[in-house]
Amino acid sequence: MEESIVLSAKDLDLYYGENQALKKINMDIPERQVTALIGPSGCGKSTFLKTLDRMNDLVQGVRIEGSVLYRGQDIYSPKLDVTWLRRQIGMVFQKPNPFPMSIYDNIAYGPRTHGIRNRKQLDEIVERSLRGAAIWEEVKDRLKKPALSLSGGQQQRICIARALAVEPDVLLMDEATSALDPISTTKIEDLISELKQTYTIVIVTHNMQQATRVSDKCAFFLLGQLVEFGDTAQLFSMPKDKRTEDYITGRFG
Amino acid sequence: MKAAETKSKKRILYDRTLRILLWTCAGLTCALLLLVIGFIFVRGLPNISWQLLSTQPSYRNDTIGILPNLINTLCLIFGTLLIVLPLGAGAAVYLTEYATNKKVVAAIEFASETLTGIPSILYGLVGMLFFCNFLGWGSSVRAGILTMVIMVLPTIMRTTQESLKAVPQSYREASLGLGSGKWHMIRTVVLPSSMDGIITGFILAIGRIVGESAALLFTAGSASVISNSLMQTLSSSGGSLSVALYMYVSERGEIEVGFAIAAILMLLTLGINLAAKVAGKKLKK
Amino acid sequence: MDGVSKAAGQEAAPKRKGVRSAFENFMNVLFFLCGAVAVAFVLFITVYLVASGLPAIREIGIVEFLFGQEWASTAAEPKFGILPFILSSVYGTAGAIIIGVPVGFMTAVFLSKVAPPKLAGAIRTAVELLSGIPSVVYGLVGMTVLVPAIRVAFNLASGASLLAAIVVLAVMVLPYIISVSETALNAVPKEYEEASLALGATEIETYFRVSVPAASSGIAASVVLGIGRAIGEAMAVMMVAGNVANMPSLLESVRFLTTAVASEMSYSSGLQRQALFSIALVLFLFIMIINAALAFLLKRGKKD
Repeated sequence: MEESIVLSAKDLDLYYGENQALKKINMDIPERQVTALIGPSGCGKSTFLKTLDRMNDLVQGVRIEGSVLYRGQDIYSPKLDVTWLRRQIGMVFQKPNPFPMSIYDNIAYGPRTHGIRNRKQLDEIVERSLRGAAIWEEVKDRLKKPALSLSGGQQQRICIARALAVEPDVLLMDEATSALDPISTTKIEDLISELKQTYTIVIVTHNMQQATRVSDKCAFFLLGQLVEFGDTAQLFSMPKDKRTEDYITGRFG
Repeated sequence: MKAAETKSKKRILYDRTLRILLWTCAGLTCALLLLVIGFIFVRGLPNISWQLLSTQPSYRNDTIGILPNLINTLCLIFGTLLIVLPLGAGAAVYLTEYATNKKVVAAIEFASETLTGIPSILYGLVGMLFFCNFLGWGSSVRAGILTMVIMVLPTIMRTTQESLKAVPQSYREASLGLGSGKWHMIRTVVLPSSMDGIITGFILAIGRIVGESAALLFTAGSASVISNSLMQTLSSSGGSLSVALYMYVSERGEIEVGFAIAAILMLLTLGINLAAKVAGKKLKK
Repeated sequence: MDGVSKAAGQEAAPKRKGVRSAFENFMNVLFFLCGAVAVAFVLFITVYLVASGLPAIREIGIVEFLFGQEWASTAAEPKFGILPFILSSVYGTAGAIIIGVPVGFMTAVFLSKVAPPKLAGAIRTAVELLSGIPSVVYGLVGMTVLVPAIRVAFNLASGASLLAAIVVLAVMVLPYIISVSETALNAVPKEYEEASLALGATEIETYFRVSVPAASSGIAASVVLGIGRAIGEAMAVMMVAGNVANMPSLLESVRFLTTAVASEMSYSSGLQRQALFSIALVLFLFIMIINAALAFLLKRGKKD
């Protein structure tokens, strides 16, 4: 089966001031699969994730060398419109962060920003996105209620729905379940498996069971380097690198 | 697959317009300050002379001096602070260290907020009714002092309270654990570590007194005469610098003297702000 | 001997403890009194204003007093209608807010979100300085710059007018609006802004559609604080508004509630003097309503 590549990092270096946080990363992320980034904390996996939709731009003193291609375009090219990029590549954060607005307004925020004003169209998008994030049944009767009144797990699914509402191509999830209870985590993992039918998904997780459960590809980061990248099953059963083996067998990290 | 569409024209326009507006408004704010300060200094500084600073006004020589107003302002500042510092700091200590009843705390804090919101003209009126009329003191510096005490009390309370809250609980526990009494703990541990807050309040209070006019006009009066003794100064009418500015400009049309006083007031304001900044920085550390 | 000293020690300890706890109690009471003073002051001011303000209202009649359109306190047949003052105060404050809030709000957004840190620091210092300038200095600048400018611009006999008061008050409320709004905007969690940016919103869109709504209570509080400051200002208004008891009109001389009290106090007597206290009472009621609104908004802002 020919895999088409959505995102591809080429010799990517990233510096926070003097510190080099990512070292010569080369990685191809395939379409409609779940790619998991694992590694001990501080290894650069979240930093790498954020370079994919340029959320690192917000951090002062960040410098990037090398390139990241999104469907063939260099996303760090000065001609590229960041807002367009971020619309194609959605992000779900570690801590659920719905806006202090109603559920409806949270979901409609993205489409409205991108110029959709038609009420009927918005209603449709909201319903579709909430269904997509498997939370429609739970909230359909209280769309006008503040999103912050929901439980943490529900809030995170609202955030996923909010990201889906702008019809992204890729979905990045930065430890999206680490602040949630086990039941909510399971729900979101099931959701990820469903979403990969439509979207390319990249997750960062510190939980190796989660990586084996949901991901197709897995990348192991250590000290800013990409140590190993391959099929999840293979990486966990027969790691090629000694360091990967040490990590997945729990010898450090 | 979507093509690399860019933002709509409408969004770009929205973005640009607001960005320009933000810079314009911030620029306007700065320009206003610079204009006011520049204008005051240009018109005021040349009118400041040694004679103005060192004499009292004389109708016979047709000269104007603001020495009495300087003295009155100093008396008002010292008198007010002498009373309000212990009072305000004490109230703050009560709120953070002693008070256990939440309702009492809420009542005191509400009262303090209310005092902050009351316009100075109302302080002037009540001060006049009570100190000048009811107590029969007439317009006098001491009436002004007591009125200012009421006015600046919330300022001292707030800054002291803030710095008291910043004192780590472990300091208190350590002191109490060594067997010292509560007052001893407060005196030796809490108050010294909150000195910066008290000093900030002290500086802000000076600023408030220097700038005040409406409340003082009706309580301390507007006279510009040098008294023979401190007691006499306290018990007789005396206009502060701000009040003198108003009197010279509105009642006598001495615009130039007004600008000279305004320039002095601006210099004081600059100094006070600087001092408060320095104290505030120490507070953060 | 050892036993004796031990006994003495045991005897002395409770006594010292007694002295000590009496002393601690005394300090407790002393500090309580310091705190109670603030409450006493508020009660004192309230009681004084109500007690001195009511007699004239009773004598003049509340409707006649509040809605009378004519103030002629020294006429042979004196009239004590304070509607001109109330409306001048309300219009003047509204005008100051209409000019001051947009500028102040935009400056606050600029400081909190857009400005490079060093520039923001410099502007913050400028804002603090603006709030520290005494009101008589504003009055003086208004009198010597603004009033003549208005006279020339509109070809009037005198430029001392409601408009001049509005502009001076707008400048005076600016620092309060900026600093309170900025505090509220700074308190907006970064996560909200990140989420918006990640959805493809621009920074400006994020600030105005996410950060500002999230800080709305605090921004509203800044407006209310500005209203309180504007309605309570006396000296600066007195120096630029001309002080004639007209019904308000933009280019005419007007008298605010504050200046009505201030301008006649020094020479008033009898019913006229009592009527001035009643004006002060009306002003006080306005302020109390504004204070309550402010407390409510700040509390709500903290909850969010």
